[in-house]
Amino acid sequence: MRAYVEGIGLLGPGLPGWADSRAILAGERPYVAAPAVLTASPLLPPAERRRSVPTVKLAMAVGAEALEQAGRDPATVATVFTSSSGDPDTLHQILETLATEERDISPTRFHNSVHNAPAGYWSIATRCREPSTSLSAHDESFQTGLLEAAAEVSADGWTVGLIAYDLPYPEPLNKVRPIAGIFGTALLLTPQPTDRCLARLDIGLSRGGEPVSLMADLGLEALRTGNPTARALPLLAALARVIAGGTPETVMLDLPPGGRVVVRVGAPCR
Amino acid sequence: MSIVSSLGAGQNATLDALRNGRGGLKPCSFETVTLDTHIGEVAGLEDILLPPELASYDCRNNRLAEMALHQDGFADAVAAARERYGADRIGVFLGTSTSGILSAELAFRARDPQTGALPAAFSFATTHSTGSLADFVRHRLGLEGPAFVVSSACATTSKVFANAARMIATGLCDAAVVGGADSLCLTTLYGFHSLELISPTPCRPFDAERSGVSLGEGAGFALLERAADKPPPGSINLLGAGESNDAHHMSTPHPEGLGARLAMERALASAGLRPTDIDYVNLHGTATSYGDAAEDQAITGLLGTRTPVSSTKGYTGHTLGAAGIVEAIISVLALRTGLIPGSPQTRNLDPALRCRYLLANENGRLDRVMTNSFGFGGSNSSLIFGWAA
Repeated sequence: MRAYVEGIGLLGPGLPGWADSRAILAGERPYVAAPAVLTASPLLPPAERRRSVPTVKLAMAVGAEALEQAGRDPATVATVFTSSSGDPDTLHQILETLATEERDISPTRFHNSVHNAPAGYWSIATRCREPSTSLSAHDESFQTGLLEAAAEVSADGWTVGLIAYDLPYPEPLNKVRPIAGIFGTALLLTPQPTDRCLARLDIGLSRGGEPVSLMADLGLEALRTGNPTARALPLLAALARVIAGGTPETVMLDLPPGGRVVVRVGAPCR
Repeated sequence: MSIVSSLGAGQNATLDALRNGRGGLKPCSFETVTLDTHIGEVAGLEDILLPPELASYDCRNNRLAEMALHQDGFADAVAAARERYGADRIGVFLGTSTSGILSAELAFRARDPQTGALPAAFSFATTHSTGSLADFVRHRLGLEGPAFVVSSACATTSKVFANAARMIATGLCDAAVVGGADSLCLTTLYGFHSLELISPTPCRPFDAERSGVSLGEGAGFALLERAADKPPPGSINLLGAGESNDAHHMSTPHPEGLGARLAMERALASAGLRPTDIDYVNLHGTATSYGDAAEDQAITGLLGTRTPVSSTKGYTGHTLGAAGIVEAIISVLALRTGLIPGSPQTRNLDPALRCRYLLANENGRLDRVMTNSFGFGGSNSSLIFGWAA
């Protein structure tokens, strides 16, 4: 499956946006972890902005960054949202409330608890009526989201925004499902190259036992294994190097049992 | 394909209930819930045992999936497909909205009073985690193709047909297991209650006095393969799938059913069909005041007022994340048997609604059926099934 990258969004600890993180990912500047800061998207109407929860803020921030680079009207772009979980804070609060006598859940909290809440807020903010899928596959959520987005590009010819995000749970869920830091990323993928194309991706599956791509920097490697969405880091690093003029690279992302998502990252686009 | 709902386990139990107008809704006595409502609960889940090697997946949602996998010869059909294609060539694309959250609800009630810790027996990844369902089913069926859960609220097990069709079209898979399970839990019962959307009486879609949803649970699976050049007699094809977003509100549909209509238009376009080609529509029809009115506008605007339509949620309740697959299978059963289901509790049609809504069962030859599923976040999906040969 072939797809062209027109825009990249990124927000994580010490990775405040794609433009500011490219040199770090390419290994030209040292990685220094620092907490990622979330803000409510200015794209949202005031009522939704007030109600937006951390997953919505993270997903919208990285999605908007990728779309802006591509110079695309988000209303025309199909979306694939992928995350290992619904909004952690919201789920925690609902579970706490349900453990009380009153079980008095707030209606806003309830609608924010659905896994596709970021997709819903995104479509309201961008007035996008194009198809949207919200996926989940535990630690393989990014990899399977990438497969789905690439399938939409190659089978249906759609322009697709892949938006991936994962955040930590509060205690006690954090103990049983630890997630390291806030990490979100987005790729704007198109079926044909345009003037704004940054790189070309050829995506397939392998049954082989090729070694999974890792991050050379220990801090980034800890992030890669600690946050499901950060499994994207080797792909983002390859994109950073190729876009900076490096030679084509092949990235191996883990897809258990015994599989790999193989991504060939190439440039130029045509 | 296989089906489980409060109507019973398997296609025959489902058809028998539809033929006899026997609904599955009963006064709610689920767990410790004290809400005044009716629910469609699946009987016998407490007796379901997962195989010992998959015991960590044990939760209400995976038990419901286990029950459905073993109806209607489904697991055997998948085993035969695995022989034909190879385990790594069959994908697993399933839907659920709340997965095994009931396990987390119970675990939060049993937190250590001193430390706040969850009980040691609670296994997040294999129960509460949204991806647990696809992981369980893949292990249970011995499949190794790509697997994920789609969780787009109540449209989700309809949308997985489109995901699977794409994966097969790209050549990543030769076949796919689609469907899913959504089981009763306190989150949805008290959540819908908080939105004032729960009906005290068994739900009455499209009735002038409709008063909200009755929640239910259900599961179902279908094996999707590339359409054959010479299909065996009786085969059913997925003719079209359409997806859209409302871009309107998180929990209220677009008042004119714009997103719903767009999903139906896209399904027709992908099937290369005209509105008059559809012989029956199984509606989303949850019996909320707004939802039914919006869908009526979408239906009459696109299909007119002649196509027979009905919601079967009066039978099964709203099975939320399972509604897509439960109603897709009911639609295919209608196609196969010519039984067009009516709507058990609906007595006086809302005069403001103009579509040809069936109160009682009808019989007749059907060539193509459509089924609608809409969800929170404004997520819409519409599927069209028809005879392959």
